[in-house]
Amino acid sequence: MATTQWLDFEKDIAELHEQLAKAKETHEKGKLNMTDMIQTLESKIKEAQKAIYSHLSGWQKVQISRHPERPYTLDYIEHIVTNFIELHGDRQVKDDKAIVGGFGQIDGETYMIIGQQKGRNTKQRQYRNFGMPNPEGYRKALRLMKLAEKFNKPIITFIDTPGASPGLEAEERGQGEAIARNLFEMATLNVPIICIVIGEGASGGALGIGVGDRVLMMQYTWYSVISPESCSSILWRTWDKKELAADALKLSAEDMLKNGLIDGIIPEPMGGAHHDPETAYKNVKATILKEIKTLKALKTDVLVGQRIDKFSNMGVVVESEE
Amino acid sequence: MIEYEEDDYAAESTKWYQRRLSGILTKTKDKKATPDGLWEKCGRCKAIVPSKDWMNNNYVCPQCQYHDRIGSHEYFEILFDKGKFTEIAKNLSSGDPLEFTDTAPYKDRTKVAQKKTGLNDAVRTATGKINDQKIVISCMDFAFIGGSMGSVVGEKIARGIDYALEHKIPFLMISKSGGARMMEAAFSLMQMAKTSAKLALLHKAGVPYISLMTNPTTGGVTASFAMLGDFNIAEPEALIGFAGPRVIRETIGKDLPKGFQSSEFLLEHGFLDFIVPRTQLKDTLSNLLQLIWDKKTTKKETT
Ligand SMILES: [Zn+2]
Repeated sequence: MATTQWLDFEKDIAELHEQLAKAKETHEKGKLNMTDMIQTLESKIKEAQKAIYSHLSGWQKVQISRHPERPYTLDYIEHIVTNFIELHGDRQVKDDKAIVGGFGQIDGETYMIIGQQKGRNTKQRQYRNFGMPNPEGYRKALRLMKLAEKFNKPIITFIDTPGASPGLEAEERGQGEAIARNLFEMATLNVPIICIVIGEGASGGALGIGVGDRVLMMQYTWYSVISPESCSSILWRTWDKKELAADALKLSAEDMLKNGLIDGIIPEPMGGAHHDPETAYKNVKATILKEIKTLKALKTDVLVGQRIDKFSNMGVVVESEE
Repeated sequence: MIEYEEDDYAAESTKWYQRRLSGILTKTKDKKATPDGLWEKCGRCKAIVPSKDWMNNNYVCPQCQYHDRIGSHEYFEILFDKGKFTEIAKNLSSGDPLEFTDTAPYKDRTKVAQKKTGLNDAVRTATGKINDQKIVISCMDFAFIGGSMGSVVGEKIARGIDYALEHKIPFLMISKSGGARMMEAAFSLMQMAKTSAKLALLHKAGVPYISLMTNPTTGGVTASFAMLGDFNIAEPEALIGFAGPRVIRETIGKDLPKGFQSSEFLLEHGFLDFIVPRTQLKDTLSNLLQLIWDKKTTKKETT
C-alpha cells in the first residue's frame, strides 16, 4: 500500500491497515503467531476497498484525482518513455513550467509527449504554478505539436490541470487566444493525437491540449467545464455544495463516456493510481500501444476527418419544425 | 471560466425585457407605432436622448459614445440591407442532456429565458447581405442566460460556418457572452472544440471569418471562436478576457489596473486588428470585405 495520506472516506481502510501493520510487527518480533489475524485483516481490507471504491461519488473521484501522491505527467514519462528529450520554450516569451513536452520512445517508436505538470511540495508547486499553464505553455505545446507533425510522429498529451492560470500577465499575453489557437490547430494536425486525463481536467485549460483522435480518462479522474467548488459558488452561492455540484456536472470518466464526450476509460488499480503506480503505468502504456495501432492504420485525411466529425457531433439539441 | 453570475444574467435579462416591452426595441417597420415622447437615459453620462435618436444612432449615446447593450435583433437590423435576412437553424433549443438541477432545474431556466426574451437560445444565425455583399452572421444574445454557450449555441454557430463553407460566403461572428453554460457542463466545454474545428475547415477553404467582440466577451467564448478571426475586431470599451475580472482580482488579491481587459487594452497588446464604433460597423465590414473578397470567384483550397 503506497499511500501515507488517506482521504476522508477511506477512514475504515486506513484503520484496518493500521491494525494490520501492528499485527505484522507483533508477528515478526516473534511474540505471537498472528498468521490468522493477518489473513483476516487482509480480507477485511479487500472487502472494505471493494465496498468503498465500487460506489464512489463524483466528489470522491475528484478527491482521488487530486491526491498529492498520484503519478503526474513526468512520472508517466519516466516509467513509460525511453530516450525522452525535454524541449523547452514557446520562442516568444518564456518556458512555462506548468506544461512539459518533448520527444521520446514507447516500445521503440518515437512520440511527442506533452502534459501539464504539478508539483509535489510547496516549492515545486509554485515552480509548476500548480499545473496552471500560462499562454506561453499552450504556445509551447502547439510549437511541439507542429514539430511532431513535421516529423510525422504521433502525439500523446497528459491532461492534469485545475485550469488555465488566471492572472494579469496571462490576460495580457492572451490566454484566450492561446487556448483557442490550440483547439483550431489540433483539429487538423496530420498526425494521430491521443489525449489522456490523468488527474484533473478543468475547463478550457484542459481542453487546450485535449483535442485528439482518442480522448481517454483514467478511472478516477474528472473532466468538466468548471471545478465542483467554483460551480457550487456560482450556482448555489456557497462553497458547501461541491458534492452536489460534482454529481450534477457528471464529470466522472463513467459519465463522460456514457455521454459520448470521451472515447474510453483506462482502469486504475484499486483505490487509485497512487496505490500502485506500476499498474497505472502498465495500463496507460498498453492503452497507448493499442490505440496508436488503430490510428496509424488510418489514412491522414480519414484520421483528421473523423476527429473533426467526432467533435462536431458533440452536443444535444432539440430541433422542432418551423 | 464564468464571470457573469446568475444574478447578473437575471438583471441584464430583466432590464432588456422591460426595455423591449416599453417599445424601445421595436422593429423599424413598427416604429410609427411607437408612442412619441419616449426617452432613453444613457447608462453612463445620464444624458436624456429621444428613443428614436438613440435607435437611429445604433443604440450608441450621441453625447458620450456609450455603446448600449443590444442583441441579435438589433444587430441584424443594423447590418443586413433593409433589415432582410434568412435565419439558419432557427428552431433549435436545448436538450438538457445532463438533466441538470442546481437551485432550479435547467429545463425551467431555459423555459423562463425563452419566455422572457422571445429567443430560443443565446445565439441566432442568419444569412443576408451587407451593402450587397452576401454574408452569414451568428450573433449572441446576452439576454438569454448571459449569452452562455451550450450545445445550441455551438450547433447554431457550426451550422452558420457550414453554410458559409458550402456557399463560400464570408462569416461574421458577433460575440457577447459570459462564457460556458455550466448547466451543460462538459457538453458546453466541447462546443469550444467543435466551433474551432469548424473554423479550421473554413480557414482551409479560404473563406473570410471576421470576429466582432462586444461587451462582454469572456471565458470559453474568448478561448475559442471569438479569438480565431482572420480579423479580430471589437466595439469600443468592451470587456474581453478569458478569466473574468472578479476571478483575477480574487487570485492576485488586488484591484485591477484601469482599463484592464478592455477593447483598447487588447488592441494595445496585439490581440485585435482594430476597434470599430457601432455607428461605423456596417460600412467598415463591407469595406474590409471588398478589399479581400471577390464574391464572383471561388477561392482555391489553401493549406
Ligand atoms: Zn452617454
